[in-house]
Amino acid sequence: MRLINRHPNPRLARVLTASPFVAVAVVYVIASTIRHAANPDDKLLPTIAQMGAAMWRMAAQQDMESGDYLMLNDTIVSLQRLLLGLGISLAVSFAIGVSVGMIPYLKRLFVPFINAFSMVPPLAILPILFIVAGIGETAKVSLIVLGTAPYMIRDLILRVEELPRPQIIKAQTLGAGDWQIALRVVVPQMLPRLIDSLRLSLGPAWLYLISAEAIAAENGLGYRIFLVRRYFAMDIILPYVAWITLLAFFADLGLRWLQHAAFPWFAGARAQ
Amino acid sequence: MGSSTLSRQNFLRGGAALAAAAATATKATPARADVKKHFKLAWTIYVGWMPWPWAAEKGIVKKWADKYGITIDVVEVNDYSTSINQYTAGGFDALTITNMDTLAVPAIGGVDSTSIITGDYSNGNDALILKDKTSFDAVKGQKVNIVEYSVSQYLLARGLQMHHMTERDVKLVNTSDADMAAAFETPAVTAVVTWNPIVLQILQDKKAHEVFSSAKIPGEILDLVIVNTPTLKANPDFAKALVGAWYETLGIMLSNTPEGEAARTEMGKLSGTDLAGFDAQLKTTYLFSNPAKAAAFTRSGKLVTTMEYVRQFLFTNGLMGQGASSADVVGIEFPNGKILGDSKKVMFRFTDEYMKMAASKSL
Repeated sequence: MRLINRHPNPRLARVLTASPFVAVAVVYVIASTIRHAANPDDKLLPTIAQMGAAMWRMAAQQDMESGDYLMLNDTIVSLQRLLLGLGISLAVSFAIGVSVGMIPYLKRLFVPFINAFSMVPPLAILPILFIVAGIGETAKVSLIVLGTAPYMIRDLILRVEELPRPQIIKAQTLGAGDWQIALRVVVPQMLPRLIDSLRLSLGPAWLYLISAEAIAAENGLGYRIFLVRRYFAMDIILPYVAWITLLAFFADLGLRWLQHAAFPWFAGARAQ
Repeated sequence: MGSSTLSRQNFLRGGAALAAAAATATKATPARADVKKHFKLAWTIYVGWMPWPWAAEKGIVKKWADKYGITIDVVEVNDYSTSINQYTAGGFDALTITNMDTLAVPAIGGVDSTSIITGDYSNGNDALILKDKTSFDAVKGQKVNIVEYSVSQYLLARGLQMHHMTERDVKLVNTSDADMAAAFETPAVTAVVTWNPIVLQILQDKKAHEVFSSAKIPGEILDLVIVNTPTLKANPDFAKALVGAWYETLGIMLSNTPEGEAARTEMGKLSGTDLAGFDAQLKTTYLFSNPAKAAAFTRSGKLVTTMEYVRQFLFTNGLMGQGASSADVVGIEFPNGKILGDSKKVMFRFTDEYMKMAASKSL
């Protein structure tokens, strides 16, 4: 039998899924043990126990200065920024994407500009962003919007253009106007695609969030990582990175579930 | 004092840095080092450290290395924090670093280090700048943009202490040094603590007033060259070559000759400025050009007092490691044999031995 036709049984599949994770963990523990044998205070590869202790301090104990639970506080603040940024991106890209995708005049007017603008690396024009948006919360949210919205807009325009032409013609034959076509034909089909777009934007959104928090902040997950990096506290950085990965993973999972639950027909439509 | 660029480029380079860290991961720092012939010194851009790349370029480092039959790589690291972390992870034998950061990172991280050169101290290179206000007391209640946990925060803490305030009287906003000057231009930013050349740049703004600087705490923010202690013990020639090259270079650059001016011009260029800009930064840097004076300073009781301030500052800010019950968790040893902290766990040593050899021309 050809290799491409052979499938692992369910139990083996689970083992295969777990093995790279286990391998990384084992390599880590070995390397960490070697370094700690040479230097018990090694900072580069903290032991699992050290990371546990650091997390206990960050997550379960109140900060002496502020009385906050730092990790909880960082997480809430970062998620607020992320949600606000992505929310704005979503709204903007939906409005622009659908209208530009449908209307030839707008397409002429905006598509080349959006395509060019989406190529501008937002991090390279930060000083301008500072002048426009300050260096507070507005700037952080703006950076996320600037980093994710152009991509989502372009994506949505393409998705609108991909709609089968006969659908639009049929709707017109049945007497639908611009608004009716937009609301009854285009928008319902774009909503699940918007979730796809959002899922793919989660990665860049985290990247921009953490960049923004590295530049100027008083709290947040990225702030903490860049702060403790100054004294090489990998015992805090590594668990924070794992936590961010976990949050991003569950956000992705949540969106996939939402797509499945709210638009059950979409899986079939995509398969065509 | 050091310049970290916690900047965008570096954020993106983080991946590369991590890969490099992983490469050194299994190369643990040995407790007893072997005799070896090849060494690496890491440096970052800062006025007090620019002699290194220049000396390397002009063959002065090679000349001294040859004299002792060794080779020395002088490696630029583009981010100060990364250079410290790489040194602590075992990637370099020697490093340009401040006294505070030596204690906070390698020493707390169990990497025994010896300072062989007391190079200079910040004499105005680090400053607190207020917008539209001219007195220190006006900082009370303000948000202060600062690279947290850097020498800037030490400077601020000392200033507050001298004006009968504490860090609780201000609110710190961690801000990347790369963006400090741009941040100052925004209306919401009214107070910053930063270092040169950013200080000079910000002070060009008429609204900016310097209300405190490291000139008020001379000799406390020290720029050193540290060497991994086991490596140093096994290879004292490495330190001799470094110290020899250092004082020869200082002799040239500080001389009032066309040669000296040419050297400073090139150092300025290497650090992204010109002769005027470099000389302006030199003015606020007290370079120990005379090895005898550097050695005497390293032996002085003043250094012990300074390190006491520094370790208390680090302890107060939780930078002495997890579960540290006092600032005594590691020991700091001085040339006269005095030890601050745990004498069984000395991780930071000052020596005047090599500077004395330079002074007596016995290198």
